[in-house]
Amino acid sequence: MGAGEMADDDAGAPPPPGAIALSLQHAAKSFGAVQALIDGSIELRAGEVHALLGENGAGKSTLVKILAGVHQPDGGTLTVAGREVTLHGPAAARAAGIGVIYQEPTLFPDLTVAENMFIGRQPLRSGRRIDQQAMRAEAAEIFTRLGVPLDPGRIARGLSIADQQVVEIGKALSLDARVIVMDEPTAALSASEVARLFDVVRTLRAQGAAVLFISHRLEEIFEICQRVTVMRDGRHVLTADLEGLTADDLVRAMVGRELERRSRGDQAAPGETVLDVSRLTREGVFIDISLTVRAGEIVALAGLVGSGRSEVARAVFGIDRYDAGAVKVRGKPLRKASPTGAMAAGVGFVPEDRRQQGLVMDMSVQQNVALASLGRLRRAGFIRSSSEHALAADWAARLAIKYGRLTDPVSMLSGGNQQKVVLAKWLSRKPAVLIVDEPTRGIDIATKAEVHHLLLQLARDGVGILMISSELPEVLLVSDRVLVMREGRLAAEFARADATEERIIAAGTGQATEPAAGQASGQAAGQATAERSEP
Amino acid sequence: MTAEVLRREPPQAPADASSRGLAERVFRIRESGIVVVLALFIAVTAGLQHRFLSASNIQFVLVNTVIFALLALGETMVVVARHVDLSVGSVLGMSAYLSANLFGSHPGIPLPVVFLVGLGIGLGWGIVNGLLVAAGRVPSLVVTLASLYIIRGIDILIVGGGMVTANTLPSAFTDIPKETVLGIPYVAIVVAVVVAAGAYYLRSFRSGRDLYAIGSNPDAAKLAGIPIGRRVFTAFALSGAIAGVAGVLWAAQYGTVDSTAGTGYELTVVTAVVVGGVAIFGGSGSAVGAALGALLLATINSALYVLGISSFWDQAIAGFLLIFAITLDRVISVRLTEALRIRSSRRAA
Repeated sequence: MGAGEMADDDAGAPPPPGAIALSLQHAAKSFGAVQALIDGSIELRAGEVHALLGENGAGKSTLVKILAGVHQPDGGTLTVAGREVTLHGPAAARAAGIGVIYQEPTLFPDLTVAENMFIGRQPLRSGRRIDQQAMRAEAAEIFTRLGVPLDPGRIARGLSIADQQVVEIGKALSLDARVIVMDEPTAALSASEVARLFDVVRTLRAQGAAVLFISHRLEEIFEICQRVTVMRDGRHVLTADLEGLTADDLVRAMVGRELERRSRGDQAAPGETVLDVSRLTREGVFIDISLTVRAGEIVALAGLVGSGRSEVARAVFGIDRYDAGAVKVRGKPLRKASPTGAMAAGVGFVPEDRRQQGLVMDMSVQQNVALASLGRLRRAGFIRSSSEHALAADWAARLAIKYGRLTDPVSMLSGGNQQKVVLAKWLSRKPAVLIVDEPTRGIDIATKAEVHHLLLQLARDGVGILMISSELPEVLLVSDRVLVMREGRLAAEFARADATEERIIAAGTGQATEPAAGQASGQAAGQATAERSEP
Repeated sequence: MTAEVLRREPPQAPADASSRGLAERVFRIRESGIVVVLALFIAVTAGLQHRFLSASNIQFVLVNTVIFALLALGETMVVVARHVDLSVGSVLGMSAYLSANLFGSHPGIPLPVVFLVGLGIGLGWGIVNGLLVAAGRVPSLVVTLASLYIIRGIDILIVGGGMVTANTLPSAFTDIPKETVLGIPYVAIVVAVVVAAGAYYLRSFRSGRDLYAIGSNPDAAKLAGIPIGRRVFTAFALSGAIAGVAGVLWAAQYGTVDSTAGTGYELTVVTAVVVGGVAIFGGSGSAVGAALGALLLATINSALYVLGISSFWDQAIAGFLLIFAITLDRVISVRLTEALRIRSSRRAA
């Protein structure tokens, strides 16, 4: 089959570095009336990591899906290794030597790692039976090549997202993929996992693969990529060497204008305490968490992924139980493990995973917006679509949500606009406290700025906001106070003036170069959370 | 086999090998669990009533098991792909009547032809189910629930008030379940071989693994380029064909066939499959486990009969086992995920 031929190629003459591995020219694709891609072009060379940049809706995903064989373009030409090809499906893309690693890998949890890599093309022995040994040996060989200690014989269930991506990369390699497309691979990874992924990417590059790397994090792009292609509104805007470019250049190319930097500005003095969490503990998850949020204040909860930040938020909102401690909203104690109670008390929660937890993807935009306000919209037990519509139209306008029709399924919106729908859902309830978990994950830069602006606006209107974020620039830009968690405990607290990326990282990782300098000056309502000693 | 695999492990893998060991241990325990329950049941019943271990009763249990084990093999193929086939009882009934009726309408008809006719009837209905599920994209629960009623309805129209009685059947046919090799019914051996072959097919052939992949993550299966429609169609066609053959065996075993033959079997079969460790949402489990599940249910059925306990308890116990099995699988799956996750993260740290 194709794989065999390519293996021969591989042994014979690896493509010289710099040779054009893949070239897509003037690709177009529309879905119904929407032109997702108008003029998409990209050229990948062997031995390079090539960044693809663009805001959500710029056409990146469509381009990726064309390369993956998932979408068939309406026009344009695709050349792989010098040959013009038409990809009729994912299988054709793989046969052409294109491997795609999605942000959230799609593995078979019940099958072994090796089988996940070789499904449908397992090595065979006599009688067309699967040769388990050869399969595992081949998988092991690939992991050795990538320098990662994964056991091919274990089942995929329970693998971290980072390891799942490694399995996908291994799958692509086992297919002798010369072109590897990584669609926002780092979005769900912790810093150390990103570092490991980058090692793997460098290995791939050294072995002559062409890697297309998509990320919204510019610093990652400068770290790992050599060239960049920027897209805007479905069109190719520029392709250039990254050397000599600045982040501002890229942002300008993406947005098509100077991004106005909204400054934090001075906020009115925060008002009364709206959220008071005291000594909250959930065994084995987080310990002794005390914090307050005042009206008009944005408190950031920083720390590494896995330090227990989201878990605290979930416990406060009542999704998870907690073993000890108390939560008060506007002075009134909140019932344990009762999201309904939290909502009634005026708490809103924008979860980390908007697809799974924040939205009902098959429901319309307006149904999603109205979801948390159904009690208010109800007339004699029925929800009138017209009142739903009015509410949604109002909020869509206020948040500048871009949509086709309010009755379209919310899954048709871009990630940034989906996040705005989640926000609209809670804002329409006029919450006193809003908990937002990674509010801008996977959102393009312009929408991100809008979300930030929106949070600041809300704070000015007197909402107390608890924001969990892994992006330190965002933390520093938006928040009044920064709390840092480490291994389930509050490690430090900084006032806005004292917070720096270095200090937050030091507190979050436990490299306490300076003992939480800013904590004493926080406007904190009495919770001096000193560096706590480890048990 | 495990040793060979281990030998080919890369040297840096040992830390993670424990994860696999854990997963494999759990699955082995899952199937040996059925054997333990089975042994307990047999021991207790035999202790109370020696007749239970008589040659004739063992034979009876095995022949009973044979029909359900066959049906469970087909059902396993469907269930691992995250579907369900509820029509097997009705298919069995129709095949049983039409094939047994052949002896009356075509005296002297060779037995293999009768089996082929049964197989053909089942295959036909399997193809109808498969087409509706795979091409029509109708949920299999709905499709096979509908065909359960439709096939039974047609069966009743054909049979009317009549029935095939044992005295119209040639003794060569009705003797099939009675022939033994070393005291073990000949059909039990044949079906054991068929089930083993089916389990081997599911485990060691690409198209078999595809079924597990489809059940484990349908979206990923699509992205992996697995011909989902074709595989699911084949699974339903095979399940139907197997149910057809089981129908012929049923006629040979019971002799008297009316329009109610096989009524309610679909639920017993699904129970056997799930009790046998096939995940109801697909992705894991084996045909051997499913056959063991069938054996367990048949043993319980017989034990209650031998002990003179109301057959009401038979169904209650089957229901209890079903809940127990599903809960157990759920708990194991959650715990296993958790354990594997913790081990992975420890390794990363």
